[in-house]
Amino acid sequence: MLSIQENQPVEFSAVLLEQFGEIVSRYPEGRQKAALLPILHLVQAEYGWLSTASMDKVAAYLHIQPIEVYEVATFYTMYFLRPQGKYMLEVCRTGPCCLVGAEKIMQHIEKRLGVKEGEVTTDGLFSWRGVECMAACGYGPVLQIGPEYTFYENLTEESVDELIDTLRNKAKQQA
Amino acid sequence: MGRKLLLEHINEPGIQTFDVYRQKGGYRAVEKALKNMSPDDVVEEVKKSGLRGRGGAGFPTGMKWSFLAKPEGVSRYLVCNGDESEPGTFKDRYLMTHIPHALIEGMIVSSYALGTNTSYIYVRGEMMPQIRILERAIAETKAAGLLGKNILGTGYDLEIYVQPGGGAYICGEETALLESLEGKRGNPRIKPPFPAVAGLWGCPTVVNNVESIASVVPIINDGGEEYAKIGIERSTGTKLISAGGNVKNPGVYEIELGVPVEEFIYSDEYCGGIANGKRLKALVAGGSSVPILPANLICKTINSDARLMTYESLADGGFQTGTMMGSGGFIVFDEDQCIVRNTWNFTRFYHHESCGQCSPCREGTGWMEKVLYKIEHGQGTIADIDLLWDIQRKIEGNTICPLGDAAAWPVAAAIRHFRDEFEWHVLHSGESQSRNYGLAHYADPIKPVMQ
Repeated sequence: MLSIQENQPVEFSAVLLEQFGEIVSRYPEGRQKAALLPILHLVQAEYGWLSTASMDKVAAYLHIQPIEVYEVATFYTMYFLRPQGKYMLEVCRTGPCCLVGAEKIMQHIEKRLGVKEGEVTTDGLFSWRGVECMAACGYGPVLQIGPEYTFYENLTEESVDELIDTLRNKAKQQA
Repeated sequence: MGRKLLLEHINEPGIQTFDVYRQKGGYRAVEKALKNMSPDDVVEEVKKSGLRGRGGAGFPTGMKWSFLAKPEGVSRYLVCNGDESEPGTFKDRYLMTHIPHALIEGMIVSSYALGTNTSYIYVRGEMMPQIRILERAIAETKAAGLLGKNILGTGYDLEIYVQPGGGAYICGEETALLESLEGKRGNPRIKPPFPAVAGLWGCPTVVNNVESIASVVPIINDGGEEYAKIGIERSTGTKLISAGGNVKNPGVYEIELGVPVEEFIYSDEYCGGIANGKRLKALVAGGSSVPILPANLICKTINSDARLMTYESLADGGFQTGTMMGSGGFIVFDEDQCIVRNTWNFTRFYHHESCGQCSPCREGTGWMEKVLYKIEHGQGTIADIDLLWDIQRKIEGNTICPLGDAAAWPVAAAIRHFRDEFEWHVLHSGESQSRNYGLAHYADPIKPVMQ
């Protein structure tokens, strides 16, 4: 994942532009705006979040106004408008998961990472938040980690600890 | 054991792949429809089957199809609704993950019936792994000549694309979904015009749930009449039920419509009873939006008839003593669960997911959330309970889309059936912070769970 600041100019890579082109080809001529949501997912996967500069760049690419990108990016909860930890742990907080202990899992993550919901750990590795129903109610409590939205089911405090340790080691090896 | 139409081969190793799916009789419906049937024949079979939309509303699929406008020279679209987000529902995730070709095959047959040459599957963005699975399935099908140009030499062309959402429950509403697919905020549209006349990019469009589209495959293979023989009355065929909450065996079950609710909860073939030897307290039978039922109205209706898993029987008694089939999101509550806390949780969900277009929903959901938070945290008054009733009544029916109703119903039903628990929270505010209310009169005459 590349790291960018709010107003830092961005240049989309050739690989990314090729993916954009394939997406745009799925819609009729003149309907390229339909590519906006999938393209924003790709941009977020590349940079970790959506900076204003990157959204402006998407607007230019799709021949739409920047505001058309901002209004979409602010509406949908999956898009991050500020930098997050390298691993964003998103825990389902809706009814069915709460029946099987999701609230305890969130408290445990908060304690374990030492940051409040939405904050980033000082090493930049983790952030966490509660999200609404992830359509996995039979496997709860559950959490997901983007950008691939890998899924972790039937969470216990132990399995969460294990997951955090694994991710920490993975990040160390990559560094 | 009931018949399985969608999940018959679910345990077959490799059923996610084209080859195994094909060996098990997959894509027969495509061959049959494209080679031997006219598009109208396919629509007629779906009508005969009595299939009702599996996303929640239960509108007859064949009838929805027959409303599609067909002006000369205008493209038509089929859009599959895979934005599964209704709390309690996870059947479409299961289907797309484990037997993706069932959906792709259904998409091809349905697209042929409707005369579309481009179809989209809109999948919620969080289901990235499922999006990859579907894209792989589409590529395999294309390589086998069952998708793309001139399918099976019939001259019929079709492309299917998968579109990710961005994490918004409202996009499960069909017009919000179309807005989202066009690259906009998911604000529902005012109807009419209905999508069948002016849908995606203003063109005639049909939006169907994942399970509805997959169900077209057995309907074409066996014939609509054969399909309609399964089930009871206007609840025909099989339905995927996703069971969660405090049951022994949570998961996705394909049932023949008409299975008694009691059997579904307690039989080892399905949920296997309440987890940890607890007793049943309440049930949300069809996703968080439908009215919650107390234990004494779950297995039997108010007239003491056995309650069945059908659209009609679940709705028996109306909202006074019944509920709805909805999306098949079956959430079971044991005796330790707090109804007030759960209602607050659900209301927070609807507040979070309200698109903000209509003031009754935008303001009402947030207001109810605050009042419920107060009651749950020991600061409520009796007047607050009446206030909640008043707010929900003023949201219901006063919004563009059904999200307002979906937010109002759970609150209304919770107060209707569990008012004593709300009052206990108010009158014993200290105690309510340290223990749950447990079971009350509505638990009778529930027997202890059979071990």
